[in-house]
Amino acid sequence: MEKTEQIIRETAKELFNSGRVEILIGYEKGTLPFRTRPVFIRNAAEADRLVWNSWCSNNLAVYLPGLFEQKKHKKNEAPPLPPKVGIVAKSCDVRSVINLVREHQIPRQNVVIVGVPCSGMLDAAKIKALLDNEVVTEVAEDGNTVSITGRSRSSGTKVKRDDVVFNACLECCSPMPEGVDLLVQGTARNASQNKYDRVKEFESMAPGERWNYFLSEISRCIRCNACRQVCPNCYCKECFADQTNPRWVDAGDDISDIMLYHIGRIFHQAGRCVECDACTRACPMGIDIRTFTQKLACDVKDLYNFVPGFSPEEPLPLCTYKPDDKQDFITEP
Amino acid sequence: MEEKRQTVQHEKTEEGWEPTIVAFLCNWCSYAGADLAGVSRFQYQPNVRILRVPCSGRINPLYIVKALQNGVDGVLVSGCHPGDCHYISGNLMARRKFALLKRYLGYLGIEPERVQFSWVSAAEGARFAELINKVVTDVKNLGPAKQLVKKAL
Repeated sequence: MEKTEQIIRETAKELFNSGRVEILIGYEKGTLPFRTRPVFIRNAAEADRLVWNSWCSNNLAVYLPGLFEQKKHKKNEAPPLPPKVGIVAKSCDVRSVINLVREHQIPRQNVVIVGVPCSGMLDAAKIKALLDNEVVTEVAEDGNTVSITGRSRSSGTKVKRDDVVFNACLECCSPMPEGVDLLVQGTARNASQNKYDRVKEFESMAPGERWNYFLSEISRCIRCNACRQVCPNCYCKECFADQTNPRWVDAGDDISDIMLYHIGRIFHQAGRCVECDACTRACPMGIDIRTFTQKLACDVKDLYNFVPGFSPEEPLPLCTYKPDDKQDFITEP
Repeated sequence: MEEKRQTVQHEKTEEGWEPTIVAFLCNWCSYAGADLAGVSRFQYQPNVRILRVPCSGRINPLYIVKALQNGVDGVLVSGCHPGDCHYISGNLMARRKFALLKRYLGYLGIEPERVQFSWVSAAEGARFAELINKVVTDVKNLGPAKQLVKKAL
């Protein structure tokens, strides 16, 4: 980890010194333990603020569309040039970046992707649960074991690393970044053959049970919109949830409005969601959004054999069609 | 909109409940098919409220979910047969959205018969009448929609 961090800092300095980037988005030490926070580095001297550890879970691609927004300029002047941006990215972030390029939100030639092989990010909630919700004081890693210490314990409890990484990382189908400009040397975890076990498990439940689960999860939602704000795909200037004419989602706490928001938001990700799980991590109420986002990714793969975030050219599944697409859902009188 | 919600609520509290079904029909085929059903004097059940849209590709999946929220008991979406779209590929694009939406709503636990999709051409008046009868019977068997419905304002 320290070695990776060192390489990232060196790479950042090189990028600034050679003038390849003007801004570099990365992670810096957070104010809270077991957290990092996004940082915008603007010169080589600041590069030492960059860190790399097992808490770099945020999807940094979310900041890119904002940086490339068209700025206002005077009529007789040439429009300002788009900035040259570098980004420190895990494989899920890289896929988000490629998807943004695919959707023409950012110019590929202005982005330098520094790919970092990912061994899975640690889930503080899982660690806390392992210590019976005690305050965690120390987390030390050694290869595939993690030693966690709680406030009232003197020695660390050793657990397997896979027991405390995020579910999204456990099911990650490509931990080694693909299609990057610079790849930091290192090892990634083994790619999982994501078979969508959770979706299948959920589908095996009775419809009524499924609805009750959806209801119980969504009823905790406080409509903070964090799931939307952290999503790199949610770059709309005006979200359907904020529109007032027509007003799709009413203000208030009616459960049907909250459901409509979630169904709408998740459905808008069809064929675009890279399953980075930023929404699930951002949720302050711990709602299991993953069960519901995964279904669409699973269906898109099943019906249209498409996995987003790998090709900047291939058309998105909902922007194209084939004459022989499946239509077994059509009602015949 | 306000009035509509009240009508729907009213019908539900009555003894002999009758479902309300919203049908999104494309201007070029299905709406003309409905017209033909009328002109040809085919009888079909009166529970359907038809909304004409330019093309099935014009239908935002959110319309369907929003209709369920506003208290309709079933939604029917119908467009031109694949290959016959007035706009060449509108219904083919729509087919992908609908396939995903149908599966997704089923996944959440909403009865699959609540939301139905079909193709009806301008010459298929009889098919239209049969389709409406089928959808109305399906929804009648399910009973009033409760899942996504917004409580009375």
